[in-house]
Amino acid sequence: MRSSDGSLIEVHLTVNGDAVRRAVPPERTLAELLREDLLLTGCKQGCDQGDCGACTVLVDGRAQLACLTLVVAIDGATIETVEGLQQRGRLHPLQAAFVAHGAAQCGFCTPGMLLSAVALLRASPRASRDEIRAGLAGNLCRCTGYVKIIDAVEAVARGDDEEPAP
Amino acid sequence: MTIGDRTPNPRAYDAVTGRTRFADDLTFPGMLHARLVRSPHAHARVVAIDAAAALALPGVHAVITAADLPTPFGVIPWTQDEHALAAKARFVGDPVACVAAVDEQTAIRAAALVDVTWEVLPHVLEPAAALAPEAPRVNELAKHGNVTKSVQLAFGDLDAALAGSDAVVAASYDFAGSTHAALEPHCAIGQWDPAGGLTVVSTTQVPHYLHRELARVLELAEDRVRVIQPPLGGGFGGKSEPFGHELCVGKLAMMTGRPVKLRLTREEVFYTHRGRHPMHLDVRLGATRDGRLTGCDLRVLIDGGAYASFGLVTTYYAGQLVTAPLRLSAFRLDTTRAYTNKPPCGPKRGHGSVQPRFAFEVTVDRLAEALDLDPIELRRRNCLEAGERTINEFLVRSTGFRDCLDRVERASDWKRKHRQLPFGRGVGVAGSFYISGTNYPIYPNEMPQSAVQLKVDRSGKVTVFSGACEMGQGVEAMLTAIVCEELGVAPGAVRVVTGDTDLTPVDLGGYSSRTTMMAGNACLRAARDLAARVAEVAGADWRTRPPVEAFRVAEARLGALGAVGSYDTPKDVHGAYRGGTIGASPAYSFTAHVAEVTVDVETGQVRVDRLWVAHDCGRALRPQIVEGQIEGSAYMGLGEALFEEQAFHPSGLHRGPSLLDYGLPTTLDTPDIVAMIVEGGDPEGPYGAKEAGEGPLHPSIPAIANAIHDAVGIRLDALPFSPARVLAALTPRPTGRS
Ligand code: FES
Ligand code: FES
Repeated sequence: MRSSDGSLIEVHLTVNGDAVRRAVPPERTLAELLREDLLLTGCKQGCDQGDCGACTVLVDGRAQLACLTLVVAIDGATIETVEGLQQRGRLHPLQAAFVAHGAAQCGFCTPGMLLSAVALLRASPRASRDEIRAGLAGNLCRCTGYVKIIDAVEAVARGDDEEPAP
Repeated sequence: MTIGDRTPNPRAYDAVTGRTRFADDLTFPGMLHARLVRSPHAHARVVAIDAAAALALPGVHAVITAADLPTPFGVIPWTQDEHALAAKARFVGDPVACVAAVDEQTAIRAAALVDVTWEVLPHVLEPAAALAPEAPRVNELAKHGNVTKSVQLAFGDLDAALAGSDAVVAASYDFAGSTHAALEPHCAIGQWDPAGGLTVVSTTQVPHYLHRELARVLELAEDRVRVIQPPLGGGFGGKSEPFGHELCVGKLAMMTGRPVKLRLTREEVFYTHRGRHPMHLDVRLGATRDGRLTGCDLRVLIDGGAYASFGLVTTYYAGQLVTAPLRLSAFRLDTTRAYTNKPPCGPKRGHGSVQPRFAFEVTVDRLAEALDLDPIELRRRNCLEAGERTINEFLVRSTGFRDCLDRVERASDWKRKHRQLPFGRGVGVAGSFYISGTNYPIYPNEMPQSAVQLKVDRSGKVTVFSGACEMGQGVEAMLTAIVCEELGVAPGAVRVVTGDTDLTPVDLGGYSSRTTMMAGNACLRAARDLAARVAEVAGADWRTRPPVEAFRVAEARLGALGAVGSYDTPKDVHGAYRGGTIGASPAYSFTAHVAEVTVDVETGQVRVDRLWVAHDCGRALRPQIVEGQIEGSAYMGLGEALFEEQAFHPSGLHRGPSLLDYGLPTTLDTPDIVAMIVEGGDPEGPYGAKEAGEGPLHPSIPAIANAIHDAVGIRLDALPFSPARVLAALTPRPTGRS
């Protein structure tokens, strides 16, 4: 499905429940598409080379680095970003736990961290502290020392934090 | 929300929903993208720049070079030794030209087409070599050869103190350089409005200093410049001075009339640097048999990189900030910062003092061993008391250091572990102090260091205007808590506006752990002034009713309701000697760490099993945020101890300018950190509060070093404590327990 000049390729995606159709050059990354075309700037770019995890989003339910994902390679995929985590205006339990536990300082790593945690708890709802450590090992945070992030995810995994924050 | 409760940080909602707008999240109609052209050589003169091919590329709007920005700049007024674009590159990565184009891809292509003719010059990478008479001159704007600054100070009679000691330990240390690696790369956007002037949105910790330098270098009146600082994705000192790229977007916006954005790639952030200085340190420290410290002799050679940055201050801090929490009877320091052909070093969390702290605390551990004393007990016998002055005359108004030691000793089960764990496992202790801001601003002036305006309206909403820098450390939460406490409003009724030089009164910035002390005090004064006026007309019992009722009465009787408050530092408490003002602070925080480690003698790998950190912050205005600062600091120190190094090939090329190669600790490398808050209260701080953002980093590294010694009997005196270093130190066989 190349466009007439041969340089653009049309892709269809579902992004946070919305159908998105775009013609993109083959080198367009998912991070660029989300941030620049769709203005979903919750997807952060800390390195643009797959080292930091700040750009993590869910692609067909799997945590994936948007900076290393070519849009043309995921035609038809379902994408979830941090902007789609809230349901009917309520914070996702992990979002609420991050707030309650003080797991976000500057917040730059937070969207990617949350999406890695979402993927982890979907696969392993009762993940142990060690499993949480392993599950978040691809997401760097320079502010928190990870302690309160792991506390927050653990609280959700243990069902401690049923009360979502207001 | 009141002082000391655990109400969540009001910024957290934006953070978890992805709504925080960082600089790179902003776009403006017609915005161009800029890219820097950087030197591939460690030292080379630009003979000529041919930009014709770049300018011929469709979509390219401008190319600028050194000639377009001829005024030197720098954060410290006495050492302005860099240009936005260099006419002579002084390190690999030094920018020499800047391109603006319709989009980032075009800018990247255009930058590659800028043709630079170089005259390659001999370079020097090591500070000792740089100080040799025949060394190439790195920076012509330096006043003395390759020296940024050299400081020699002496207090008390050191020779007599050491001669009268029962034990004197002499040791040498090498502290590797490290960088901040804030997760958000630097980004700046310039906008030019011929009527209104220049606006620069930037990832800066110091909007006010950037404001001044933009005006000076771009030759604009200060009232024609506005700096907007969006929330930062971390700073840690890496964004705390004006940068060439900020001047470039300003210049390009003025030339093109279009908004111009420049965001650094991660690789470029490693070149921009301003991180922890590598230092070579020689220490001699004496004590009497009963464990009283006597004299300390400290000599430090500092590797500055190509520009001064804050180096003048660094050179003082590298000596001045080891004189507490332990009392010394004599002290001599001799510190020199040399220029080298590497990315410039600057202030990283714990500016200038993390390196000597490592050397000092390991030396104390050696001394405890020599005297056969418990290292915690040795420290206890030498604690400075509140009201005392350090040997270099800093006034310590409050100290909770004894409590810090007690807390980590108990929590870590120290008495049952130290010198008693099986071979391969060990515990180590270290302590430190740090400033809560500096008594003297960076450029001499007699105006307040921080001011806050409050606006109250009949809706019951209170708006706080503060020039303080929010970078995740909780400025907004701190100011909100103060307003809630003083005016009885709910946190949801408080709006904090920060980091905009058009809207907010001046605060000198987010550096040197000054914000709670200075912006906090300014806010407290404004809020109390406002509360007093409300009480006058609405009755002393106004807080028993909803605040909005009192605000309406007050507005009706007094007119528009607002207040201002400002804070300036005490100027009467420091030594009269030259440099005595540098390091003088309104209050000092204190910290103690115990680290527990496991050393694998086969692989040389060190694993930190746990860190216990007790920090005296005077009063925790937001305890959860204070804990976060303690945890983040300890983690950052751990990374420097075990993994990180800003390292270079002999050519001057960075060995691995990526987050992967550089080796930051992940969740798997970071243990649980037990953060303990010690609150004694300081007379100068708001509600007694002192700093918490930098102090707790200091003891991380020596505590880990001392724990490694306890585990396997080796002293690692060079950072980082890599497997190779551990294995090298383990052969021949250690003298430790078996
Ligand atoms: S931006 Fe994708 S991993 Fe860093
Ligand atoms: S909260 Fe700042 S990087 Fe994680």
